Amino acid sequence: MERVMKAVGSPVMKKDAMALVTGKPVYTDDIAPKDCLIVKVLRSPHAHALIEEIHTEAACQVPGIAAILTWKDVPQKRFTMAGQTYPEPSPYDRLILDQRVRFVGDAAAIVAGESEEAVDRALKLIKVKYQVLPAVLDLREAKDNEILVHPEDTWKSFCPVGADNKRNLCASGVDQDGDVEKVLADCDIIIEQTYHTKANQQAMMETFRAFTYMDAYGRIVVTASTQVPFHVRRIIAHALDIPKSKVRVIKPRIGGGFGAKQTVVAEVYPAIVTIKTGRPAKMVYSRYESQIASSPRHEMELKVRLGADRDGKIRAIDLYTLSNTGAYGEHGPTTVGLSGHKSIPLYSSSVEAFRFAYDVVYTNRMSAGAYRGYGATQGIFAVESAVNELAEKLQMDPVVLREKNMVREGVHMPAYYGETADSCALDRCMAKAKEMIRWDEKFPSRDMGNGKVRGVGVAMSMQGSAISGVDVGSVTIKVNDDGFYSLMVGAADMGTGCDTTLSQVAADCLGCSVDDIIVHGVDTDVSPYDSGSYASSTMYLTGGAVIKTCDRLIEKIIARGAETLGCSPEEADFDGKRVYRLDGQGEISLKDLGNQAMCNNRTALEATESNSSPISPPPFMVGMAEVEIDKETGYVELIDYVAVVDCGTPVNPNLVRVQTEGGLAQGIGMALFEEITYSPKGQMYENSFMQYKIPTRLDVGKIRVEVESSYEKTGPFGAKSIGEVVINTPSPAIASAVAHAVGVHIRELPITAEKVFFGMREKR
Amino acid sequence: MKIRFTLNGTNREIDIKPDMLLIDLVRQLGCYSVKRGCETSNCGLCTVLVDGKPVLSCSTPAARADGKDVVTLEGIEEEAAAFGRFLAGEGAEQCGFCSPGLIMNVLAMEKELSHPNEEEIKEYLAGNLCRCTGYMGQMRAIEKYLNREGGQ
Amino acid sequence: MIKAREYVKAESLSEAWELNQKKSSVILGGMMWLKMSSLPKGTLIDLSGLGLDTIEETEEEFRIGCMCTLRQLELHEGLNQYFNGVFKECTRHIVGVQFRNGATAGGSVFGRYGFSDILTCLMALDTSVELYQGGIVPIAEFAKMPYDRDVLVSIRIRKDGRKAAYTTQRRTKTDFPLIACCAARKGSEWYFSVGARPARAELVAVSSAAPDPEEIAERFSYGDNVRGSGEYRRELAKIYLARLIKGLKEA
Repeated sequence: MERVMKAVGSPVMKKDAMALVTGKPVYTDDIAPKDCLIVKVLRSPHAHALIEEIHTEAACQVPGIAAILTWKDVPQKRFTMAGQTYPEPSPYDRLILDQRVRFVGDAAAIVAGESEEAVDRALKLIKVKYQVLPAVLDLREAKDNEILVHPEDTWKSFCPVGADNKRNLCASGVDQDGDVEKVLADCDIIIEQTYHTKANQQAMMETFRAFTYMDAYGRIVVTASTQVPFHVRRIIAHALDIPKSKVRVIKPRIGGGFGAKQTVVAEVYPAIVTIKTGRPAKMVYSRYESQIASSPRHEMELKVRLGADRDGKIRAIDLYTLSNTGAYGEHGPTTVGLSGHKSIPLYSSSVEAFRFAYDVVYTNRMSAGAYRGYGATQGIFAVESAVNELAEKLQMDPVVLREKNMVREGVHMPAYYGETADSCALDRCMAKAKEMIRWDEKFPSRDMGNGKVRGVGVAMSMQGSAISGVDVGSVTIKVNDDGFYSLMVGAADMGTGCDTTLSQVAADCLGCSVDDIIVHGVDTDVSPYDSGSYASSTMYLTGGAVIKTCDRLIEKIIARGAETLGCSPEEADFDGKRVYRLDGQGEISLKDLGNQAMCNNRTALEATESNSSPISPPPFMVGMAEVEIDKETGYVELIDYVAVVDCGTPVNPNLVRVQTEGGLAQGIGMALFEEITYSPKGQMYENSFMQYKIPTRLDVGKIRVEVESSYEKTGPFGAKSIGEVVINTPSPAIASAVAHAVGVHIRELPITAEKVFFGMREKR
Repeated sequence: MKIRFTLNGTNREIDIKPDMLLIDLVRQLGCYSVKRGCETSNCGLCTVLVDGKPVLSCSTPAARADGKDVVTLEGIEEEAAAFGRFLAGEGAEQCGFCSPGLIMNVLAMEKELSHPNEEEIKEYLAGNLCRCTGYMGQMRAIEKYLNREGGQ
Repeated sequence: MIKAREYVKAESLSEAWELNQKKSSVILGGMMWLKMSSLPKGTLIDLSGLGLDTIEETEEEFRIGCMCTLRQLELHEGLNQYFNGVFKECTRHIVGVQFRNGATAGGSVFGRYGFSDILTCLMALDTSVELYQGGIVPIAEFAKMPYDRDVLVSIRIRKDGRKAAYTTQRRTKTDFPLIACCAARKGSEWYFSVGARPARAELVAVSSAAPDPEEIAERFSYGDNVRGSGEYRRELAKIYLARLIKGLKEA
């Protein structure tokens, strides 16, 4: 059967769309049993302390309290909450509750009760005597500080990531190609700058939440708002020290994740309550908790040295990243890698040597996690900003500078794990973006004559498509009565629409309509294994698994049909509706085959296949910003943002567009508004949506997106990924637009009016 | 304390705690479309109509619903679906968690403003946060919806 | 979230006042901020049954009932016509329409919040508050009074011929202001209020044909918070006051 692109490439409406827009109860809290115990956590007011005494007697007397747990009540085996493939690169540095609390907001006790009111009362009655310890809050002071965040001997790192808890190091290392010092010494121009990004919150609208209960088989069932159901199963088993066979995880509809839910932030708390009490339990994080005790982006300080010729050939990049993993190491060793591996390769066409060194340090701040872009965002802000500063020093148009140096199709990328850019339309993205924003007319800036000046800026971005050699996507497809298909995936649709886009791929492979396919949300008891929805993996990897599965299923359908038609499989084919003999001597419809399979049948009409990839083909992107700045106040208004993206074949153009626009808006938030600041005692100020300002629809200007497709031959129908690459350009592009408008370089995010104002004043 | 009000056209008489918030009352009564996204009156996810006006149910004392007409998305499912189809047609419902609040406010806006321009639409809906879409797809859907046949 | 033992929809102002004499009582405005209070309350007093949700315009003044919503201020034609749209300008940035349909004028003013757009705007006009016991008090004076257990009944703005203009700077468009400035002019009498410094708005009145914005800005104090430094606020006040003065001169 020949594959025709019909569903793939068309803007199919998401399968769950009408349920979502009519407000059906499909999210975790909507479907939780009404008799769940309410679970809340008592949180540490100190950045670093030891619990000397904890008195729960009075709290236990509150009517309706079912359980109060302290560090003495939990398993003493350390684990990690990072949703990664086992053995996780993240260190095993957590207990559900620890005698040592390591940041303001760290868990000190768990309270479960019949009502929120009772739990709130009990929380107030728990008396904790803390031995307050000095804290290490600044990432620059953490390495080899005498204050240790994890002095305990039970701390463990399973992977060779350069971790050492006795030095506050969660990871460290260096990757290089060529002699970077030698090439730098030979360069005409060196740009050397330091950039600083903050611990931005994913701020998905649905906060962390999960409910748990014991089922008829004596197993714990965890329904969680998660991106990584199978990792949740393993992590819950580790945390509770119970066999993995005793855990079942169900993922319903998810109200956004963006990486936040690639960490098991909330699940362990109701789970241990259910294990201890045997009763259903539910934890819903408040927004406050989601802000202060969750899994935000790693704060990073990045030092870039960029060497170039006088004519604009970028010859060497030396990057040192200092990453702050906070109190625990979730995703610490891996995010940092992307800061170099997804920024430096953008210049693979010209760079002769590079060095990428890094330290990831523990501090007494909130633990970091995975946030869309996963370190690439920070690295690209630094490297792209440095390239923009180089252009300025060369007095060269930054677009022209990039055209001279950017990675192109067929170019080998030593800094990208030695892979080759087999599909790359970055050059076309640049040309298109330039035309969309009318770069040549607007570069570098225009005085608007009303006290305002407009500037334009540019940046490029790349990401990956799944973690090569690690991630697994699996798919099961079954033929049912009347010939409809069940598609079962372990990848988690968190609003991204993968239940639908994977169905689109299946529909074109099976020659049917998307409506002929039903999808099952993830249930670890039922769904085939998938590492989960992260690392921009779903379409590329699980989509690839769909194709393999369909091929296998079609073989089975043909074999079964051929048997009925009295011929060999080689003498028959399948066209999506029927199996027919190639000699025209008979056919049987899929409908009849499906029904026949349910009567006197010995062959299951279903197939399961897994997929992994030795490579991770990068999607590429160009973003260009136009900002308007008030020359007196420094107020920055984003006017226009254009972006052109190469995600390979866009499987669903609508969803590609919305993913891109949404990622850009998050990137714009990071660039302009989303600040994180701490009190001297380590309390975070931006602990609500009142203080942590994500952009409203009045703050994002006009976002315009186009696609320039390359064709990735290893991807399903030529597809790569879209989820993450889209968040990386706004910070460097907007910073550059500001620099072009008023000559001020902002190297610490966010780019506030105040920074611009004082920058302008300094220049005067 | 006892209050009487209409919820989605049905008369209700119910005993509530004096400090109960409207969001918790309507969810208790099965209106699960009403979501909570923050505790600080900032996100707009909990938007319901009280006597026809869009308000934040997370900040409205349930006691104040006494004698009032309260409408959630469940009460205007047809209208919600009519606009929702445009939203879904752009792929702009995404995770869907903020959709009910947005839809309530879009429908309120449609009644309150006549032929709003883009700026007026943005301003009216500024209190509805969304983290998935970047708002552009929502705007495409709203404009198509308002310009639909039989629309404004 | 707020916890309370009792909810009373007051049937008269005197009942409300009586109930409010207990320290544990609190009068509800729109409950936007109040609901976040962590102190348990005794009685929540609701004034919404007293007909205090109208804006009345007479020859002499506007009388704004304390339960009027910010949305009513924003949309009221008389108010906005008389004061050149400042009421639209000082409300439209506040969170969103749903928020402004709930938040009340009385709550905003009684709270005397540092970030209050409403307080800043009203202060540059000839505004008084009507207190149930305290009678009529000019708003600049009221803003300095300690919190007491009186009931704010209405806000009165005299139609004394002032023309006004209002402006703010914010991080996101619907955030609290980083600085809020209001200026009003009646001939050579000028009235300036600056709020979100981040302290609450104060009033400076000047009699001059051409007031000096720098000098006026220096008469206010400025401090730091997460939205900006005092130093930046001072500079912004100078810039925005200059712009308001220029606008009102040209008007």
